[in-house]
Amino acid sequence: MYALVTLLRKELADHLGSKRFVILMALVSLSGLSAIYVAGQSIRQAVGDESTAQFVFLKLFTASSGVLPPFVSFIAFFGPLIGLALGFDAINRERSSGTLALVMAQPIFRDSIVNGKFLAGVTTIAVMLSSIVLIVAGMGLWMIGVPPSLEEVLRIIAYTLVTVVYIGFWMALAMMFSIFFKRITTSALAAIAVWMFFSLFMGIIAGLVADRISPIDQDQSDVSVAANEQTASNLMRLSPATLYQESIATMLQPNVRTLGPLTLQDIVGMVPGPLPLAQSLLLVWPQIVTMIGLMLACFAISYASFMRQEIRGP
Amino acid sequence: MSGQPVIEAVNLTKSYGAFTAVNKLDLRVKEGEVYGFLGPNGAGKTTTILMALGLTEPTSGTIKVCGLNSTRDALKVKRMAGYLPENLGFYDDLTASENLRYVGRLNGLSETEIKSKVPLLLEQVGIPQVADKTVDTFSKGMKQRLGIAAVLIKNPKVVFLDEPTSGLDPEGANNVLNLITSMSRDQNITVMLSSHLLHQVQKICHKVAILSRGRLVAEGPVDSLERQTFGKGKMSVELELTSTPPELIGVLQRLDGVASVERSGDRLLLLCDRDVRANISRTVAQNGSALLQMKILGHGLEEIYLKYFQEGGA
Repeated sequence: MYALVTLLRKELADHLGSKRFVILMALVSLSGLSAIYVAGQSIRQAVGDESTAQFVFLKLFTASSGVLPPFVSFIAFFGPLIGLALGFDAINRERSSGTLALVMAQPIFRDSIVNGKFLAGVTTIAVMLSSIVLIVAGMGLWMIGVPPSLEEVLRIIAYTLVTVVYIGFWMALAMMFSIFFKRITTSALAAIAVWMFFSLFMGIIAGLVADRISPIDQDQSDVSVAANEQTASNLMRLSPATLYQESIATMLQPNVRTLGPLTLQDIVGMVPGPLPLAQSLLLVWPQIVTMIGLMLACFAISYASFMRQEIRGP
Repeated sequence: MSGQPVIEAVNLTKSYGAFTAVNKLDLRVKEGEVYGFLGPNGAGKTTTILMALGLTEPTSGTIKVCGLNSTRDALKVKRMAGYLPENLGFYDDLTASENLRYVGRLNGLSETEIKSKVPLLLEQVGIPQVADKTVDTFSKGMKQRLGIAAVLIKNPKVVFLDEPTSGLDPEGANNVLNLITSMSRDQNITVMLSSHLLHQVQKICHKVAILSRGRLVAEGPVDSLERQTFGKGKMSVELELTSTPPELIGVLQRLDGVASVERSGDRLLLLCDRDVRANISRTVAQNGSALLQMKILGHGLEEIYLKYFQEGGA
């Protein structure tokens, strides 16, 4: 146990003291603050037409005036990058510099190394994210002067937790590649390739495949259009990016009632109004669980392959 | 110095697919011995050491360190056994003391113990002046000394040193070898060191084993190994004389114990059954010549080693 704590402390100190962390933190702070500033300027428009303004504080995070994307989009974009940057050289750098052998020669279990690195990474992400959310919330409070309600606070906490899991997934993925590949450049490239695939090409591929599986018929019947749409969005849910987008949209916008296409029939008789937090969570529970699962799967694969690897010099 | 071996391998085998790195190795190392493990690259030296520390599992056979099975009780073994890997690295951004403290913590030493020990160890290995310098400024020799300090911090009973002198200049290598000798002598630490550099090992080892293609081809104290290899008492002697009268060759040839005399340039080459050097020099003086130089050829480990190398390479 002492070994895990020692490793965790060392890794954490490495992360928090690294230039990499400073750069990432600066990048995220800059984009976050400017997004909130722009959102705060245009909050009146964003809230505007709703007669009873609810959840004004949450709008700070999601509203955009068109000049800059909203805060959540910045985080959704930079999040994977942060995760990859924290994990891509976790193991193979130590292997090539010979420090892995140094650590392995000490009386510790081999898995403590992976566990320590993973926990330290997740902690770093949590520290980084919660501090930026707090800074941004503080600045928003100062700008608009409307304090958050309890539910808003809870929703922001839920958002932060989900985001930590999401970024944690990318870090676990990058760490997995750092175990698979001996070269740092290869592992970095592999991780970036996966990220690019999910963020850029998944949409195109999902559309193409959906057109094959459930094509829209010639008279464009509602049923076929809906089926096509459903297939495409289900395929998109293979991507962690989609899972994340759906979860945070529901978390920060209480008005989101469903994640699929809605027909007119569904809307008839619906009482307009926000969902309570518990209901919002229920709506995206599968997404959240899947993300946790993906993160743990990457971790488990890393763990298993690291346990089998030879500990040799470079 | 009890009879119980500190390191004991029985029928130890390690295969990687069709390739057998270590083949039915049997060896015993007694307490307090400096045991030299010789062989060309790829002979299985490192693999054997890794198995002794439980960092690699043997395919069959067992290896015990201090009576503990290295495969099953790897953690306990690593608590008693220090290991200096061939390409040891330290954390470049940390100082020598910080690196040592980290290793100490990984060994579960208390902070007070670490605090008192680190300066003593740096003193012992002769680098107290760089205690607070970051390791990236260190020469290879200094890193190797720091490596030995890192091995000693856990008060080991056994120490495995993998190519401790490779890549060092002669002076650096000598320093490291002296350190090894003194730690074996002063702290009664059993040392197993692997090397492909014979003359160094020859100097400090009580016993050597020669490994070729995963097999133990010869084992024993250096002098007995020589006998094993060249047959009992056989030695060749080279003479350089002021002049070489033709009758001298005949006289020498008739000397008891001399098998043959050969002339090569201005030197004489004698093959003897036993050590008859005193007789030779007397004979030379009696026959109107004087001895300038008498040299024993083909007696060092080098020749033994080369012999096995040729066998191994054939």
